[in-house]
Amino acid sequence: MRRPDRTTVAIGAALVAALAAGPLLPKWALFLVEVALAKGLVALGLLLLMRTGLVSFGQGLYFALGAYAGGLAAQAWGLGDAVAMLLLGMLAAAAVAGVVGLLLARYRTIFFAMLSLAFSMILYGLLVKSSALGSTDGFNIEPTTVAGFARSRGSVYALAVVVAAAAAWGMHRFLLSPRGRLAPAIRDNELRVEYMGASVRAAVHLNLVLAAAMAGLGGGVNALAVGHIDPEMAYWTTSGEFVFVAILSGTASPIAPFAGAILLELLRSFAYEYSPNTWQMVIGTAMLLVILFLPSGLWSVFRARGRAAG
Amino acid sequence: MRSVLEVRGLTKTFGAVTAAADITLDIAEDTVVGVIGSNGAGKTTFVNLVTGYLKPSAGTIGFRGRDITALSPRQITRLGVCRSFQIPQLFDSLTAWENLQVGVDIVATGSGAFASSAGGKSPEAAVEEMLARFHLEEWRDAPAGTLPEGVRKLLDIAMALVVKPQVLLLDEPTSGVSSEEKFGLMDLVLGAIRADRVTVLFVEHDMEIVRRYTQRLLAFYEGRIIADGPTAQALEDAGVRRHVLGDEPAGGARPAPQERPC
Repeated sequence: MRRPDRTTVAIGAALVAALAAGPLLPKWALFLVEVALAKGLVALGLLLLMRTGLVSFGQGLYFALGAYAGGLAAQAWGLGDAVAMLLLGMLAAAAVAGVVGLLLARYRTIFFAMLSLAFSMILYGLLVKSSALGSTDGFNIEPTTVAGFARSRGSVYALAVVVAAAAAWGMHRFLLSPRGRLAPAIRDNELRVEYMGASVRAAVHLNLVLAAAMAGLGGGVNALAVGHIDPEMAYWTTSGEFVFVAILSGTASPIAPFAGAILLELLRSFAYEYSPNTWQMVIGTAMLLVILFLPSGLWSVFRARGRAAG
Repeated sequence: MRSVLEVRGLTKTFGAVTAAADITLDIAEDTVVGVIGSNGAGKTTFVNLVTGYLKPSAGTIGFRGRDITALSPRQITRLGVCRSFQIPQLFDSLTAWENLQVGVDIVATGSGAFASSAGGKSPEAAVEEMLARFHLEEWRDAPAGTLPEGVRKLLDIAMALVVKPQVLLLDEPTSGVSSEEKFGLMDLVLGAIRADRVTVLFVEHDMEIVRRYTQRLLAFYEGRIIADGPTAQALEDAGVRRHVLGDEPAGGARPAPQERPC
């Protein structure tokens, strides 16, 4: 049997450590990690897009869809299990990406970014104007079970941790697969990829769907953590925050988006606590420092250390 | 000998400029064909047309009897007609090994004849073999963007060969390479390519290279083929001497610009 690689071991170790730490963490920390993992899931999808040479400013579309699909199923059909909500949200986001991806996969650079943003703002407009979906107020969700077990303290946290670990490992395996390895080749030279016999548009489309599925999962986890869904999830500033997390983290490892998201949530919490009127300035300064000194993201620190250690 | 490429009445115009004018030819399998002509004669346009980058204004292109005129570069590649580029087209952030691995991956995840051309080797073995054939082992872990120009040329051609073509079109494989290194490079390239009995068409400006490595020569002038035949014979053609080699015609005076031999 082949030995698991370093990333797989790291994901497994993080999963065990996070699950073991759950009962010891205060409620505020559980909530912080749940929300961070939700955003990390969206940034994980962005990692794949950025490796393909694309930056989406519209992942809020799938983030909101993931949350609303599960929430609406709970309201309309009485769906009460958190896992079912997540799966439904992920499938809904992937299905919509399958359709809008037909158009998005034709565009690159700023045109791709703006078109993805436009789609998310269309959903935002629809949600705001739809009183049946709670309009600007949104609505609450309260799952009764998690994977068939009665909901208890920490069960949503455990679910978020397991989902994040599974998504990170799945993305890791995909990035190592022939289709995953095509992503940086497309970023570097689309013409050559076509002249080697692969369809760039099909590969980009697949990556869009996978990134949307990750964002849909993230939306579902966020909804479970917060217990509330509203149109702000599709707003452009929400999408911008995901790009912030992705740039902060870097694209070197599928673990990076989660580490970056947790760091950002911690930074935001403490900045808000100690500097309530200027916390945005603290976040902005942190971003500036990362871009100046770690242009490949925070994860590049680990890579540099690894190289230095030989 | 069976033909692999059948070109009939191939014409390409860009506004008032005719870059390819009624080109008709057959390329026999397992041959090495040189394509010569002065700048703007239509050599690269011909390569771009055959490999699907440009669509012709008129005429057809066949590959082993199948019409490939309307196919995309990707579809043409998957059928077995591949190309290299005058300016190497690499994945600059990836290493030489990873550049070749992309091609091996694409073949392995393809379908039909394209996938079966992988030949049963493991992906790693296929990459290693190609590195060895082109003497690229020492550059294995270097990002392609950092490679010297001659090595980039070799890698560019290796990437075209790694997807198992039946016909390979090389666009000026020795451009940017010093005159001392040209013959060594061509020995290496043609040795690597011809090991698989791939039919080769290559565009070239150096007549010594053409004379030494090709069996047949196509000479282009103003989008037309002005000579097509065995290399030694074609190089002696009066039109080739005048319009490609720049020889003064007997009597000293150059022909008037509008005069068009063929």
